[in-house]
Amino acid sequence: MYKILEKQVLSDVTKLMVVEAPQIARKAKAGQFIIVLMHDHGERIPLTIADYDRAAGTLTMIFQEVGKSTMQMGQMQVGDSFKTIVGPLGHPTEIENFGTVVCVGGGVGIAPVYPIARALKEAGNRVISIIGARTKDLLLWEDKMRAVSDELIVTTDDGSYGRKDLVTVPLKEILESQPGKVAKIWAIGPAIMMKFVAATTKPFNVPTIVSLNSIMVDGTGMCGGCRVLMEGGAQFVCVDGPEFDAHKVDWNNLLSRMAFYRSEEQTAVNRWRESHKCNLDRAVAEGSK
Amino acid sequence: MAALTKKERMKIARQDMPVQAPEARVQNFNEVALGFTLELARLEAERCLQCKEPLCMEGCPVEVTIPAFIEAVREGDMAKAVRIMKEKNNLPAICGRVCPQEVQCESRCILGKKGQPVAIGRIERFLGDYELANNTCKASSEPPSGKKVAVVGSGPSGITCAVDLGRLGHAVTIFESLHTPGGVLVYGIPEFRLPKAVIRSEIDTCAKALGIEILTDHVIGRTLTLDELQEQFDAIFLGTGAGLPMFMRIPGINFNGVMSANEFLTRVNLMRGYQFPEFDTPVKVGKKVAVIGAGNVAMDSARCALRLQSLRKETGGEVHIVYRRSSAEVPARLEEVHHAKEEGVIFDFLTNPIEIYGDEKGAVRGMRCIRMELGEPDASGRRSPVPIKGSEFDMEVDQVVMALGTSPNPLVFVNADGLQRSKHGTVVSKGENGRTTLKGVWAGGDVVTGAATVISAMGAGKRAAADIDRYLKGETDW
Ligand SMILES: Cc1cc2nc3c(=O)[nH]c(=O)nc-3n(C[C@H](O)[C@H](O)[C@H](O)COP(=O)(O)OP(=O)(O)OC[C@H]3O[C@@H](n4cnc5c(N)ncnc54)[C@H](O)[C@@H]3O)c2cc1C
Ligand SMILES: Cc1cc2nc3c(=O)[nH]c(=O)nc-3n(C[C@H](O)[C@H](O)[C@H](O)COP(=O)(O)OP(=O)(O)OC[C@H]3O[C@@H](n4cnc5c(N)ncnc54)[C@H](O)[C@@H]3O)c2cc1C
Ligand code: SF4
Ligand code: SF4
Ligand code: FES
Repeated sequence: MYKILEKQVLSDVTKLMVVEAPQIARKAKAGQFIIVLMHDHGERIPLTIADYDRAAGTLTMIFQEVGKSTMQMGQMQVGDSFKTIVGPLGHPTEIENFGTVVCVGGGVGIAPVYPIARALKEAGNRVISIIGARTKDLLLWEDKMRAVSDELIVTTDDGSYGRKDLVTVPLKEILESQPGKVAKIWAIGPAIMMKFVAATTKPFNVPTIVSLNSIMVDGTGMCGGCRVLMEGGAQFVCVDGPEFDAHKVDWNNLLSRMAFYRSEEQTAVNRWRESHKCNLDRAVAEGSK
Repeated sequence: MAALTKKERMKIARQDMPVQAPEARVQNFNEVALGFTLELARLEAERCLQCKEPLCMEGCPVEVTIPAFIEAVREGDMAKAVRIMKEKNNLPAICGRVCPQEVQCESRCILGKKGQPVAIGRIERFLGDYELANNTCKASSEPPSGKKVAVVGSGPSGITCAVDLGRLGHAVTIFESLHTPGGVLVYGIPEFRLPKAVIRSEIDTCAKALGIEILTDHVIGRTLTLDELQEQFDAIFLGTGAGLPMFMRIPGINFNGVMSANEFLTRVNLMRGYQFPEFDTPVKVGKKVAVIGAGNVAMDSARCALRLQSLRKETGGEVHIVYRRSSAEVPARLEEVHHAKEEGVIFDFLTNPIEIYGDEKGAVRGMRCIRMELGEPDASGRRSPVPIKGSEFDMEVDQVVMALGTSPNPLVFVNADGLQRSKHGTVVSKGENGRTTLKGVWAGGDVVTGAATVISAMGAGKRAAADIDRYLKGETDW
């Protein structure tokens, strides 16, 4: 079970995997996530369902290698299996015909925004999408996003592709040039990007939905580790979200909570690199014998 | 041994169980209590007076035939003792370790009137361990009934219900949302109190012998919903426990370092965070830890924190239990409180937090508390604590673990129209047998009672299994 059927390297640090998980695929909807566990010593890693195929019984996930676990996951190959995949978790995106909507995806956040944009398009919305990344290599799914958008704007921080801007710049232009036109905005990406998207759209009073990626353990409401402070109290991202009203999130609290395990994360990465380097060195040495 | 007279029996002292010394055990996560040897178990068994009307049995929620199993142990016929035990209790190695015996079976033992009660729990544990090692009593089942039962949740209530139904020939599938079966036994109760290997072998032995299918990673309410289970199964048992943590409603609960006991214990136990980076899930421990509450959950959290401090060579570390009532009201098992004290946990009674402070980075740095005094007894008969005006003071802490109790996780109730719940979120059950307001659906354990005990959850699972069996055989209507 949970076998990897396909793997694509989207960039040095971004990988796509299609895995076998028929029971989850049967239920999956845009906006939901899964939790994967690689092996007995592993941690439970939440990942958005980037796509699903009910007939084939598969899920697509896209992840960025940011720490030990995602680096190790990046090494998994077609034919390997996950120990566990649980889901679909969280509430699906509420899809309706709102009129004109904007979907913003930053970096690996483009993956989870895609099924939302697609569903919004299918529901009859006029979809304007903005996708951005630090640099060209980290951009993904431009073609897929174009296919489900009426208009697509691409940005990179360093100008290596598309407009040299942060995603918030074209977003602000759209809101200024078409006042009252945009009914709703979705933004998924690094927390810091979502924070600035929230700040950008707030003065225009356009409802803005973000998908939060707080640190999780179980993903089923059992630990409270994922809680975020919202106007009106704490909420559990895994069961009350992951989507929330961006204007109500206490972003600084979220950002500080996401950094809580930084020193442990660094230890794990160093240890992984170390052992990995040994293996590489050994492989090279053995190869040259 | 020749038969002893009553007098002689009463002269034998209650046997202590060997334990790891406190200084040694805070350095590791190995089991604290080491268990009786065969000699000790038989000697302790000699103390039992074999009462004609054994009061001890009244104190046991599943009515284990205590004198009979003790007599068999005394005779050295372990296989017989196990057989007697398993008629009522499938998981003796677990119950022997975690039952609050001092308020259950042992509290009623006649010997306790004048001296020390028979150490029923310790003998039971010995027997459970003996059975795990020797496997004398293979579970066997009646011919297949052709009926299918879904059990949701693999804690003590679910496992017990599944095993009894399996024995009766029904095809049982257990759905568990986590990646390991066992419920609180695996994610909450720490290794040093209940080793994972014990749970695994108790569960595996039963499941294998009876052909029970255990599907982990299945969140009912998400992966499948209750109405879908109703289509596929002839009966359903909900044993989903009370896994939703409560937080105090005070300012500052979202600072880094404030967490539920569930999170702390899950990271430590289920995910083996104490072995980080060997295992991938990190867990932090503060230099000064405050655990709020004084139940078993609080004791387990405090004792895990102590161990993490020593494993990580944290010098000058402190772990406090902060409890708003007095020592007389502490709900935890006596043995755990005793062990916690021995290990160096500091108890701050009649103390209640009112605010948590953080630093500029968003990490906990302190806690404002108020002293309490005991007022009039409330409805439960316990004297309720009231704050003493002007007694506020600050405690310097860098981790706060909230062990305040839990309520049922509502995920399972998605698409369960007609399943009635109380205002506390627990499932309403009609009568003893755990029938819910939804036809063909039973519930038992913490999901019905709110956080309780392992053995009461098992009792509920047993009663439900018996009723489900009658229902499936058409001996009773819904
Ligand atoms: C609902 C949800 C959906 C997500 N979807 C995606 C996705 O589609 N693609 C993707 O690349 N990433 C996604 N993430 C983030 C992803 O889970 C983390 O990047 C991953 O867990 C990091 O693990 P690591 O060991 O490689 O890195 P670490 O070194 O452990 O951490 C690196 C960063 O990841 C965050 N992180 C660490 N552990 C967790 C955890 N258990 N849960 C959440 N965040 C954590 C930390 O804040 C840290 O900043 C999602 C997170 C959530 C909560
Ligand atoms: C830290 C701690 C220490 C304790 N110490 C003691 C002790 O010393 N002695 C004692 O007698 N009692 C103790 N208790 C209490 C005791 O553990 C519980 O009363 C008992 O485990 C309840 O059993 P249960 O079967 O009702 O539920 P649980 O053990 O809670 O099991 C429920 C299971 O259902 C699963 N589940 C929940 N929702 C779903 C869903 N939607 N789909 C699928 N699966 C689901 C959960 O993951 C879990 O595995 C302690 C509790 C804790 C937390
Ligand atoms: S199951 Fe618990 S209460 Fe019953 S006899 Fe055994 S230890 Fe005592
Ligand atoms: S009450 Fe005590 S002495 Fe009597 S049968 Fe029970 S355990 Fe033995
Ligand atoms: S991840 Fe544990 S409650 Fe959300």
